[in-house]
Amino acid sequence: MIPPGATAIVGAAESTEIGTVPDVSSAGLAIDAAANAMRDAGITAADIDGFTCGYFPVADMSRQLGIFPSWADNTVVGGCSWMFQLRNAIAAIHAGYCSTVLIVYGESGKSTRRLGQSGDAGQRGGIGQQFDMLHGGGQAAATFTLPVLRYQHEYGLSDEDLAAGAVSQRAWAVDVPRATLREPTSVDEVLDSPMVAWPIRRAMCCLVSDAGGALIVTSADRAADYPKPPVYVLGTGGALEGGPMSPAGVREPLRPEFIRTSGEAAFASSGITHSDVDHLMIYDAFIHTPIFGLEGLGFVDYGEGGHFIAEGHTAPGGKLPMNTSGGGLSYAHTGAYGMLCMLESIRQVRGEAANQVPDVDVALCHGWGGYWSACATLVFGANAP
Amino acid sequence: MTSRQAKTLDMAHPLIPVPTPETQPYWDGCNQGILRINRCNACNDAYFPPAPICPHCSSTDVKFFDASGEATLYSYTIQQKPPDLWGTQGPRSVALVKLLEGPMLTSSIINCEQTPETLRLDMPLQATFTSFGETTVLCFEPTEEQQ
Ligand SMILES: [Zn+2]
Repeated sequence: MIPPGATAIVGAAESTEIGTVPDVSSAGLAIDAAANAMRDAGITAADIDGFTCGYFPVADMSRQLGIFPSWADNTVVGGCSWMFQLRNAIAAIHAGYCSTVLIVYGESGKSTRRLGQSGDAGQRGGIGQQFDMLHGGGQAAATFTLPVLRYQHEYGLSDEDLAAGAVSQRAWAVDVPRATLREPTSVDEVLDSPMVAWPIRRAMCCLVSDAGGALIVTSADRAADYPKPPVYVLGTGGALEGGPMSPAGVREPLRPEFIRTSGEAAFASSGITHSDVDHLMIYDAFIHTPIFGLEGLGFVDYGEGGHFIAEGHTAPGGKLPMNTSGGGLSYAHTGAYGMLCMLESIRQVRGEAANQVPDVDVALCHGWGGYWSACATLVFGANAP
Repeated sequence: MTSRQAKTLDMAHPLIPVPTPETQPYWDGCNQGILRINRCNACNDAYFPPAPICPHCSSTDVKFFDASGEATLYSYTIQQKPPDLWGTQGPRSVALVKLLEGPMLTSSIINCEQTPETLRLDMPLQATFTSFGETTVLCFEPTEEQQ
């Protein structure tokens, strides 16, 4: 096992602009974010010997950045790919394959200048394309959300209580200058928003944005050489279960094993308990995913996640601040939000967040990918044990 | 590659399923109006989607068999703007359907009103098929007693 705090994030940045960035391609957003992260860490490409980027051919992107790595990864599991890549990078650093890894992401999700971008879960002849995609038409809002109605039925979660999650996340976004949606909202307004895929309404769906992000990770013993205070990686988890175009492959959709597997690994490897978590990010592709995350990670019992959010415990002033940037629903969501999700956790540990939670020592970040086929859990800390 | 496969790969709408040699018996079944899925000869597990290996015990001693077509409605959404391919202006269901034999799959409930009042969770369903050009796709409908 890799000891908690053996590696640290020493550079972290988003693209200069996020939201609507019509004149930059996916590759351009990634390069911009990479430049910002190297500046943040006070290093150049010559200092980087490990590289991963996910949605681009890895050699294509490393060449443009002038990085000639001795270790590369390009794991693609959808939106949490960069979380998996961070986990892999930590292992590679620990194994001695490289010392300093740059993880790069960019996606022109709104302006659709997806130039240079690769990766397609719906490729012809794939299992998702053959057996899932036609029914949902590739529309995530109609397919990713399939477990919601069953959840509401089994656990008695009303539409009003489901909608409350969008209200609390907007309440966070109000104070975030880079967030796309900053007007306060209400349960009534969420339930009055246009129906997309009953019972899912537009205000229950993530945004579609342009953004990039990048991280630099190195071993903890080198972290003091960098200008910013290190954000230690205390523990990690990850797991796969379903399929990339539908949750049909998740064996127990209301008690998904892959979430438990990922969460338990993150808690075990970090040595923390739930009460140690000062700040929480759970990737909100749609309104229900924080509910399933809270339950699968063990913050609440099965069936309680929706009510927990509706009672305001994750909202401003609540006991478990969650998705403090406004999340995918209100901050930004490009198509793959895992990098942006991690960057808010990192800002919180650094003390740099727009909605800074006081004294964040431990921040837990959980993300999804490929609809509901993958998830990853990361524990970040201001201090190494 | 046969000329038919080449044509499919080159010209089909991206939503039209493209069979592989490993899944072809399933698609042949659809063309005949039969739901044909896999069963493992080693552990007797019935599974879906089709694959030449049992996901339960890793045996490659597997076969296709004709499933009952009986299922229940596990969960669903009602998509407000379906893809043009479905040829409907109105909302339509996207469903998680649990087969009597065990596997869960993604499908559509057709031949009934696409409303929450008609689409009741756990309602019994039966397999039915709908065609898109040369491709026949598995859907489900309420059982005859309910129609
Ligand atoms: Zn078997």
